[in-house]
Amino acid sequence: MTSHAGGLKSGLAILILWGLPHVSIAAKLDMRPGVTEMSMRIQQIHHMGLWVCIVVGVIVFGVMFYTMFAHRRSRHPVPATFSHSTLVEFIWTLIPVLILVVMAFPATTALLDIENNDDSDLTILITGSQWKWNYRYLESGISYYSNIATPQEQIDNLEPKDEYYLLDADNPLVLPTNKKIRFLVTSDDVIHSWWVPDFAVKQDAIPGFINEAWAIIPTPGTYRGQCAELCGKGHGFMPIEVEVRPEGEFDQWIEDQRIAAELASGAAVAARAKTWTMEELLPIGQETFIKHCATCHERDGMGQGSKYPALNDSPIATGLIADHLDRVMNGKADTEMQSWAPQLSDLEIAAVITYERNSWDNDTGDVIQPITVYEAR
Amino acid sequence: MAAYADTANARHHPLIAFARRWLFTTNHKEIGTLYLWLSFTLFFIAGGMAMVMRLELFEPGIQFVQPEFYNQVLTLHGLIMVFGVVMPAFVGLANWMIPMMIGAPDMALPRMNNFSFWILPFAFTLLLSTLFMEGGAPNFGWTFYAPLSTTYGPPSTDFFILGVHMMGISSIMGAINIIVTIVNLRAPGMTYMKMPLFVWTWFITAFLLIMVMPVLAGIVTMMLTDRHFGTSFFEASGGGDPVMFQHIFWFFGHPEVYIMILPGFGIASQIIPTFSRKKLFGYTSMVWATVTIAVLSFIVWGHHMFTTGMPVAGELFFMFATMLIAVPTGVKVFNWVATMWRGSITFETPMLFAIGFVMMFTIGGFSGLMLALVPADFQYHDTFFVVAHFHYVLYPGAIFGTMAAVYYWLPKWCGHMYDERLGRIHFWTATLAVNLTFFPMHFTGLAGMPRRIPDYSLQFADFNMVSSIGAGLLGLTQILFLYIVIKTIRGGVKATDQVWEGAEGLEWTVPSPAPHHTFETPPIIDESSVP
Amino acid sequence: MSRPARHRHTLLLAGLAVGMFGFAFALVPLYDVFCEITGINGKTSTQAATLSEIKAASTPLDRSVTIELLARVARGLPWEFRPLEDKLVVRPGEMNTTTFFVRNRSQYTVTGQAVPSVSPGQAAQYLKKIECFCFERQELPPGAEMEIGLSFFIAKDLPADINQLTLSYTMFRVADAEPVQAASHYE
Repeated sequence: MTSHAGGLKSGLAILILWGLPHVSIAAKLDMRPGVTEMSMRIQQIHHMGLWVCIVVGVIVFGVMFYTMFAHRRSRHPVPATFSHSTLVEFIWTLIPVLILVVMAFPATTALLDIENNDDSDLTILITGSQWKWNYRYLESGISYYSNIATPQEQIDNLEPKDEYYLLDADNPLVLPTNKKIRFLVTSDDVIHSWWVPDFAVKQDAIPGFINEAWAIIPTPGTYRGQCAELCGKGHGFMPIEVEVRPEGEFDQWIEDQRIAAELASGAAVAARAKTWTMEELLPIGQETFIKHCATCHERDGMGQGSKYPALNDSPIATGLIADHLDRVMNGKADTEMQSWAPQLSDLEIAAVITYERNSWDNDTGDVIQPITVYEAR
Repeated sequence: MAAYADTANARHHPLIAFARRWLFTTNHKEIGTLYLWLSFTLFFIAGGMAMVMRLELFEPGIQFVQPEFYNQVLTLHGLIMVFGVVMPAFVGLANWMIPMMIGAPDMALPRMNNFSFWILPFAFTLLLSTLFMEGGAPNFGWTFYAPLSTTYGPPSTDFFILGVHMMGISSIMGAINIIVTIVNLRAPGMTYMKMPLFVWTWFITAFLLIMVMPVLAGIVTMMLTDRHFGTSFFEASGGGDPVMFQHIFWFFGHPEVYIMILPGFGIASQIIPTFSRKKLFGYTSMVWATVTIAVLSFIVWGHHMFTTGMPVAGELFFMFATMLIAVPTGVKVFNWVATMWRGSITFETPMLFAIGFVMMFTIGGFSGLMLALVPADFQYHDTFFVVAHFHYVLYPGAIFGTMAAVYYWLPKWCGHMYDERLGRIHFWTATLAVNLTFFPMHFTGLAGMPRRIPDYSLQFADFNMVSSIGAGLLGLTQILFLYIVIKTIRGGVKATDQVWEGAEGLEWTVPSPAPHHTFETPPIIDESSVP
Repeated sequence: MSRPARHRHTLLLAGLAVGMFGFAFALVPLYDVFCEITGINGKTSTQAATLSEIKAASTPLDRSVTIELLARVARGLPWEFRPLEDKLVVRPGEMNTTTFFVRNRSQYTVTGQAVPSVSPGQAAQYLKKIECFCFERQELPPGAEMEIGLSFFIAKDLPADINQLTLSYTMFRVADAEPVQAASHYE
């Protein structure tokens, strides 16, 4: 008895030791289960589809390999002469139909559940633009932009890439656990697509229209996704980062955001009250320019052809301040030039315009004050 | 034209004679040759673009091309492969083979045939020249969704639109020619149900072309008016709708992908019986399965749009209709296998490619079925899983089908046998390379890698490296193929008229190489000759 | 077969091609009709509800529907645009009015056009507008502000499983106003 048990145990141990790495290899190859009930159901539907295909494939390819072996000329010199059989054809038409009908059931029920966006606890308006996301919490009014946080140096292979290369955002979307969250997805310019694989949520962001999706996330953590619709040169560089926190922490975070907004507005009041010098504004302007403007207009202000015009010697950057202010604050319709008024503070806008008007070959000598920007809002 | 070559003038000006022969030919064999060489040339160009993409994707980070240029390369790669490689190759095969297969002396409209071809070099020169225009080439993917392509497209977009119109006109005229030829010029006794399956699949494909290429023309015209003439078809600000673009585009786009495979089905249906020495199993159901696939192809377009906010009823309809297409497609696969079953099979190069076609196209079909399941599609859509799917059906599908046809019929065209040993090397390295390149893409897609990105996060690195290595090898196999083709044309073992022991069909009753004019008198169709 | 047959077939097929080209354009109004009938894609009607629809509304039902109101400004439009109430709880059949605020921040007269979108898309056909600022363009002199109104009701046959919907307006700049920027995409 003991030897059998011992043999069984070691056999099992060997099996597990052999199997585990394969399981983790298989896990690396598989669609992730995700963290929501829906994402796990979707993984199961994926498995169902996969297994049907594998089984049918094994059978069909098995028959093919067999016939290639057994019916090759050297083994089977005289070919048969049959060329039809209604019965056989009927059977191999019917069986696939039945398999498909069976597959359709779980897919249909899951789909009906996915498309039911009712009874949500929290609504987030997600706006995609080139190349970032804006998140607005409709209940609390909090709104901010989320840009890629991976440094350009890593992309240009000047620095080693960190663990979350291209999946890091500066201001993640923060969500509570165990609440039904409704995502309203739209776009300011071209079609983007908001996708978080761990939630199995993917909805296209279409300009002028609103799409809906929902998720209930039971597990706190950080989840990452990417834009899933070609949207121009930054398509691969607009990640989605979601931080899910337990409800108490989430409520605290909302409070913190409110306080931060007030502080920012306090800082903004202070900025407006002061008269800034060019020396003070230029470094702020340069930092803002590099972070937001240089990707299109280039660090040297020379732009890229007519699509991203040069700011150096440009009519707007050397012309009327009001036009320059309008262009930066309101953007230009039907182009990639966005309205920066909602994204940047008065100080940042004043600084970046001052920087543009006094850099490279531009030397207007103009100094724009944050109060001027404020009054133009 | 051959007569012109004999004149004294031609002897003194051989270059002009050469140019006039090829510019003005109305001979279906010569036009077929022109299409095939155009396709092969563009295959190298679009393939080169794929090499650029795979080079950039070899490792994470931006090393070789900037994201903007990458987007241009990926757009042109898709456009040229679809419109410049697969479609012209199949048209070239149609031109060469359909008249011979039905016992006709030529196509019904030979001059239009010439014009259909000669539009294309101009169209592709225009398209490729956009790389050198201000703002660069089109950079919005071969599917050119609005408003990225309308409001935000570069100036070259207008030339892209013109190029698409030119290609569309060429395809439509070609399709009309094929239908009129098949309807009117079959030799007496060749009823529809006696036509070889390659003729049937092209007959059905031609109807698909006439129905959907004009829709493509319509949508690029709408793009043009949106861009320059104040309309707002796709612009919400003017009351338009970007999603409508996708509906109209895919109404064209889905039948288009069947246009790109049905002739391949026809080719497999010619080759497999020959090398199994057994008639095609279930001829009638093969014809009806093809018709069913063609009809169903019109009602599944929405499966490209499951994440656009489609209502549930629409999603369910398109899911069910798409799953349904698996049935006639499966029937075809089973029929090919049944053809082989208890045959007497040899594995010359055409047969290798045909079998590879059946097996690997089926793998592509499997991922297609998985994509049809809407909830799962939410995780697959716009990832490399889709890229894997369509490259399996297009490369081991349409391209292997074309290569199989070339190996099969080249001896008939030029009178020499190709080098069998080299052909096998081509097949096996291509099969290895194709799987190395595209199979890992299933996994990167499942792991979460989106499409159309020039750079990716670190967890996708290993599989991308494998894909890139496979792609490099695949590129090399094309050079081998080119070498084999040229070598065969220049010389080799003389081909017999029959060429292949088990081959049946009218094309094998004419000499190899096929004379400039064949079937100037219609052949007598043997009552018993059902394909 | 004879020459005439070939020509007849060619003309027929060419006609089919031309017809399909026209079909592509016909898809545009067909798509709109389909969207309006089914409300797919969230396009609400750009016309006022008819008198008979209003009459059919009469006594409100005893269920609540929450409507979130969103206002967004498209690129290149120097306006402030927001709803004065961002959530309404209404009953199907009940008349409701709400107001939006617009202000032209710029130094020029600018004309805007609001385009609505409803989510979920299927709810769009049940949102009947009696009067809406989205029916026409708004022209604002420099610095001007205005309150613009929306009067609507939810049709009583709103499906039972829709209790929450979002009505979003995006205000776009209308091009024939005095342009601050050049009309072309490239300078």
